[in-house]
Order: sequence, then structure tokens, then C-alpha cells
Amino acid sequence: MPIEANGKVFETDEEGYLANINEWEPAVAEAMAKEDDLELTDEHWDIINFLREYYEEYQIAPAVRVLTKAVGKKLGKEKGNSKYLYGLFPYGPGKQACRYAGLPKPTGCV
Amino acid sequence: MSDVKKFMYLNRRAPYGTIYAWESLEVVLIGAAFDQEVSLMFVDDGVFQLVKGSDTSESDMKNFTPTYRTLGDYGVRHMYVDKASLEARGLTQDDLIEVAWEDWETEEEVDNIVEILDSKEIAKKLEESDVVFSF
Repeated sequence: MPIEANGKVFETDEEGYLANINEWEPAVAEAMAKEDDLELTDEHWDIINFLREYYEEYQIAPAVRVLTKAVGKKLGKEKGNSKYLYGLFPYGPGKQACRYAGLPKPTGCV
Repeated sequence: MSDVKKFMYLNRRAPYGTIYAWESLEVVLIGAAFDQEVSLMFVDDGVFQLVKGSDTSESDMKNFTPTYRTLGDYGVRHMYVDKASLEARGLTQDDLIEVAWEDWETEEEVDNIVEILDSKEIAKKLEESDVVFSF
């Protein structure tokens, strides 16, 4: 289902991931979060921005295990665990945060 | 753990033009999430998979060469390159990407896990593997 944000319509795949990563803008994440009844805080944005940087560098969405470790390294040990990440993204940090960040679904994620 | 199997992913084809290299990489990314000891080997045109500075903008394929650089984060410890294949294509280690590995707990680090081996060493590594996947 396409998603509307910032007065524009963005195509998504059948699972709600953005069809074209290059079209992404912060309003897309806000609109997706609103559909999930979630308000994005600075802590959410830290993860979303991290994912976008990771994708920019490596051209894939990281596995949750890799994300968890990398977040711990970059944003502090207390944030590098699945409890913290699931607290922010209850549908799963891999799937939900990647979707908000405009990334494709992580490889190996079912 | 002694029952962790040694998996070797043997890559013999050029990265773009066929789906083999990408498929191999995807299997590695998924497989490395489990407790396996994962190594990669690049032989014949497979060595082109690690050549840096690739540009796929005029093809229909995504440039996934940067993705190899995160394999250390996925727990891949060894990436072996066949010396003869490299030399036959006029390439040296300087032409290849570097892949760092780090143990997040112990902070043990390896700057580059890409290693060039002669054919004898290549054969030995293959022999030591429990499972070899050929792409």
C-alpha cells in the first residue's frame, strides 16, 4: 500500500517497505510510525539514522545481531541489546526500524 | 565447541552478469547468523568480486561490492584469495577491498581478513573444511 507523507505519495512493496530507497525523507518515517501508533523520539531517530548510514556504506540492511552490536559500539553499551531495541521498535528492530528508514527488509529476516 | 562445522563458500565467477556471486553472499549473510565457522574463498574470475572501485551504474545490478566489507561484523573470520587467479588477471592485493574483523567483547582486532594463498595452501584450506559450497 502506498504511503502518504509531506503531500506526496510513496510506493511501497507488499510488506510496506519503501519501493525506492532514494525517495526516502524523514516525513516517510513519521507517516509510517503514525500508522503504527508510535511517536518517534530522538532515540528512535538515532537507530533510523544509524541504519541509513549502515546501508549507505554496505548496501544492505544489517542482521539484528549485527545491528545490536554496532549500536552498542556507536551509541553506548546500554543501548546495544535487544531489550532496548525492542522497547523502541516493538515489531522488531530489524523489520520495523529498517522499514521506517526506507531500507529493504533485512536479508534472512522472515 | 567442537561440533561447530567449518563452512567454506567457494566463489569462482565474476560478480556481475550472473546471479551466483550475490546468491553466495546472501547465503553467507544468512548462514553467518548461526553458529557456524564461515570462510570464503575466491578463485578464477571469483577474485573480481573483491576488486574495489566497481561501478555498476550502467548495468541493471546493484553494486554489492561494499557489502563484502561488513562480513567481519557477521563473524566471517577468513577470506582467502587464490594467488594464481589474481596474477593471471593482472591484479594484486592493492586492487582488493579490505575487510576488518573485530571481537566486540574482547576488542581483539584484525585489520584485514583478506588473505592471498598459493594453490597448495588453497587445497589445504578446502581439505580442512567440513562443508564446501561452490558458487
